[in-house]
Amino acid sequence: MNAHVNQNSVSAIDNIAKGDVLLQVDNISLSFGGVKAITDISFDIRKGEIRAIIGPNGAGKTSMLNVINGFYHPQEGTISFMGQQRTKMRPYVAASQGISRTFQNVALFSGMSTLDNIMAGRCLKMHKSFFWQIFRHGPALDEEIEHRKVVEDIIEFLEIEHIRKDPVGALPYGLQKRVELARALAAEPILLLLDEPMAGMNLEEKEDMSRFIIEVNEQFGTTIALIEHDMGVVMDLADRVVVLDYGKKIADGKPAEVQADQNVIDAYLGVAH
Amino acid sequence: MELLYNIFIDPFVQMGAMPDFLLQVLWEGFVSGILYALLALGFVLIFKASGVFNFAQGIMVVFSALSLVSLYAAGVPAYIALALAILIMAALAVTIERVVLRHLVNQDDIILFMATIGLSYFLIGFGELIFGGEPKAMITEELGLPTGSTTFDIFDGILILQHIDIAAAVIAAILVAVLAIFFSKTRIGRGLRAVADDHQAALSVGISLNQIWAIVWFASGIVALATGIMWGAKSDVSFALQIVALKALPVLILGGFTSVPGAIVGGLIIGFGEKLFEVYWGGLLGGGVEGWFAYVIALIFLLFRPQGLFGEKIIERV
Amino acid sequence: MFYREAGQYKTNYKDDLATFPILQDRIAIGIYLVIAFVAIPIFGNDFFINSMMIPFLIFTLAAIGLNILTGYTGQLSLGTGAFMGVGAYACYKMTTIFPDINIIILVVLSGVFSAGIGAIFGLPSLRIKGFYLVVTTLAAQFFLEWCFIRIPWLYNYNISGAIEVPQREIMGVIITGASASPTARYLVVLSVVVVMTWIASNIIQGRIGRSWMMIRDMDIAAELMGVRPLQAKLSAFAVSSFYCGVAGAMMVFFWLGAAEVESFDVNQSFRILFMVVLGGLGSLVGCYMGAAFIWMLPIMITIAPSIFGLDINAATVEHINFMMIGGLIIFFLIMEPHGLARLWSLAKQKLRVWPFPY
Repeated sequence: MNAHVNQNSVSAIDNIAKGDVLLQVDNISLSFGGVKAITDISFDIRKGEIRAIIGPNGAGKTSMLNVINGFYHPQEGTISFMGQQRTKMRPYVAASQGISRTFQNVALFSGMSTLDNIMAGRCLKMHKSFFWQIFRHGPALDEEIEHRKVVEDIIEFLEIEHIRKDPVGALPYGLQKRVELARALAAEPILLLLDEPMAGMNLEEKEDMSRFIIEVNEQFGTTIALIEHDMGVVMDLADRVVVLDYGKKIADGKPAEVQADQNVIDAYLGVAH
Repeated sequence: MELLYNIFIDPFVQMGAMPDFLLQVLWEGFVSGILYALLALGFVLIFKASGVFNFAQGIMVVFSALSLVSLYAAGVPAYIALALAILIMAALAVTIERVVLRHLVNQDDIILFMATIGLSYFLIGFGELIFGGEPKAMITEELGLPTGSTTFDIFDGILILQHIDIAAAVIAAILVAVLAIFFSKTRIGRGLRAVADDHQAALSVGISLNQIWAIVWFASGIVALATGIMWGAKSDVSFALQIVALKALPVLILGGFTSVPGAIVGGLIIGFGEKLFEVYWGGLLGGGVEGWFAYVIALIFLLFRPQGLFGEKIIERV
Repeated sequence: MFYREAGQYKTNYKDDLATFPILQDRIAIGIYLVIAFVAIPIFGNDFFINSMMIPFLIFTLAAIGLNILTGYTGQLSLGTGAFMGVGAYACYKMTTIFPDINIIILVVLSGVFSAGIGAIFGLPSLRIKGFYLVVTTLAAQFFLEWCFIRIPWLYNYNISGAIEVPQREIMGVIITGASASPTARYLVVLSVVVVMTWIASNIIQGRIGRSWMMIRDMDIAAELMGVRPLQAKLSAFAVSSFYCGVAGAMMVFFWLGAAEVESFDVNQSFRILFMVVLGGLGSLVGCYMGAAFIWMLPIMITIAPSIFGLDINAATVEHINFMMIGGLIIFFLIMEPHGLARLWSLAKQKLRVWPFPY
């Protein structure tokens, strides 16, 4: 992986220095019918950091990610990404702004091969019109080859060469997670959202995945927000942690600070509310 | 201008001028609404229990009615023929469960749906092979159903009510009541709702999927038989019915796929709407609008309320 | 034994991205094309060409159309028959109004009309899924059928209500109407179908096809990856209907010669759907197999018993045909949801390692 990563960062992203706020979430509330999923949450994600979102089951972590990439629309609050405040936006708009993600329950395109899945991640970068697609020779094929090269770099980076042409439906879970990461990386995101990237993995797979996450962050400067249950992993990986419980934010800070926070300990050990 | 008048004013002027005719149209609409509701009821039963949209419900109506008529024609007394027809539907339900459904547990909805299209083609071929393709008259009188009609004098005109139509409404009401009790009060009814929610989860708590499915298909077979008798009494029993039966789809769109009251309300809306539109507005378009009216209404409705009148809003998750 | 890819290394991505990466497949395609373009016109009799090859090819094209929508984009449609009808009536009207324009151009143009109509009826697919969508396609089916009957302008106010194909020629050869030779019509149909299959294969392997499959496999994830559902679904509806429209126009102009609304009814929609399901959802080769199978089946049922000296009347053939198709649909959905095409590729897979499978 080389120069092509962060091609899309030509414009707005360069104006934001490392360590400045990339995404600002202000007073977000989200409810379904009468059920409140998220209540008045605010936090920020700074450029270049790994930001962990943790909390017990049902704390609203995944809902938070869904809000960030436009899948759910919060009833209250504002989100601004790269300094631009946004109102209701469709998920594909978030994608085109450089937000990419993986899913808690693997959401690969099960009828397609590994290669096609990762190529799918590049769909926003491919533009050759319908007219050229009809012929598949000339510009459309050139474009396909150009992107294939990028995808092959990612495949190499994540060490999944051997399953390149296998249908993803038949892959073991750990590899599916890795393909999903590859697909998200193929979009060359500015902000990468990872929803429990290590759920259901054994120790070795977790170590591999952690290594990939750190490398993505360090080599390409991609800002990462991740949800994870494994506290060891979170403490090792994350620069800052935000803790949710029952849809509310109960702590925010460096891993060590959060670990010592009484509210967090209560939430995890279960104290009567 | 004249067009606007024809669309927005003239039909209502006509309705006001001949209220007896309007009442007659509404009654016709009510009757076909009941039949649609009965049809839709068969769909709802199966959908509730298996998440299968049973495309073959229409042919099941035809098949059951033809069994009944043909048995009678072969010399079997009417009531015994009725009992035998019910047995045939039971056998059909068990066979379908054994041969088709059992092998398609946990498949995509669309796969199951297409399997029922295959099923309905099989039954069309099978039915025509056994019973022959020509339309047959329903044995209305022999089953003890009323056949006459009553004429009312109202609004300086007349309103004719066919007794068979009244009987249809009553039978439909009884069926709905029985099914409602069956669903909410019995052990099988509870199991059935569990199966509808999640095949695997239901299996894991020890509910016999196979048994539930066979029962439900049998129940909707009985509903199909009732529909077939009523429908056959109004027109003949023929295979053309199974295309008409597709109208249950728009009915279900209006009422929601899992709601019994929804099926009835939806059926009535389509029944009334279709007759009124055909009589008062159809002429503007050259007539014959009954063929698509229901679908177009459903289509428009879908755009505004995809979950149906009584369905719950679905929250998508990732 | 001869079907080997060993030793065929790809040294660049272009080769790896080829439609038929294996040499033997390319040879086989070449042979099929020679048979279709040379051997059949020379050796095939009129019955074979007119009653088997032409309808087979036309139905293949319609099946490709439906497969694009259902197999590749995951949107089930029961309106195929009506979209074919739109193509047929559009072509009929155009050739009435512009009799001098090359009929093949008009046939292709008529696809544009059905593409437009298809896209309109595809609009609800943005909000609704699964068999809810079946209702909107049924709405299209029944509404368009009604149009074909109630708008006499469409069939030039013919008393019969049918559209009758006028005689048209290109380069001095009569290709439509009663006096066109089966071979001429066959070659036109074959050329159109081959070219359109090639185009479909190109689109499917490219960016647009991938966005369709993303929608099919996981629509939410597709949207989060940046696919616009509106564009993806409507383009699938439009391309699909385009294929169906061209197939419908060819069906009337190069095969039936005259058609009424019955040729485009809901049973036609079912027939095409069965071809797609039996052939294999999401497979172009499958469209050929499915169309051949469904079209030839009744002919086989008629011929087979007569070999044993039995005589079956036409109605019985029809009934057995229905039963067999229904039964096979269920069988395939249970045993092999990817249809004949999957069986074919399994066979090839076996052949690749034969005779030493381990």
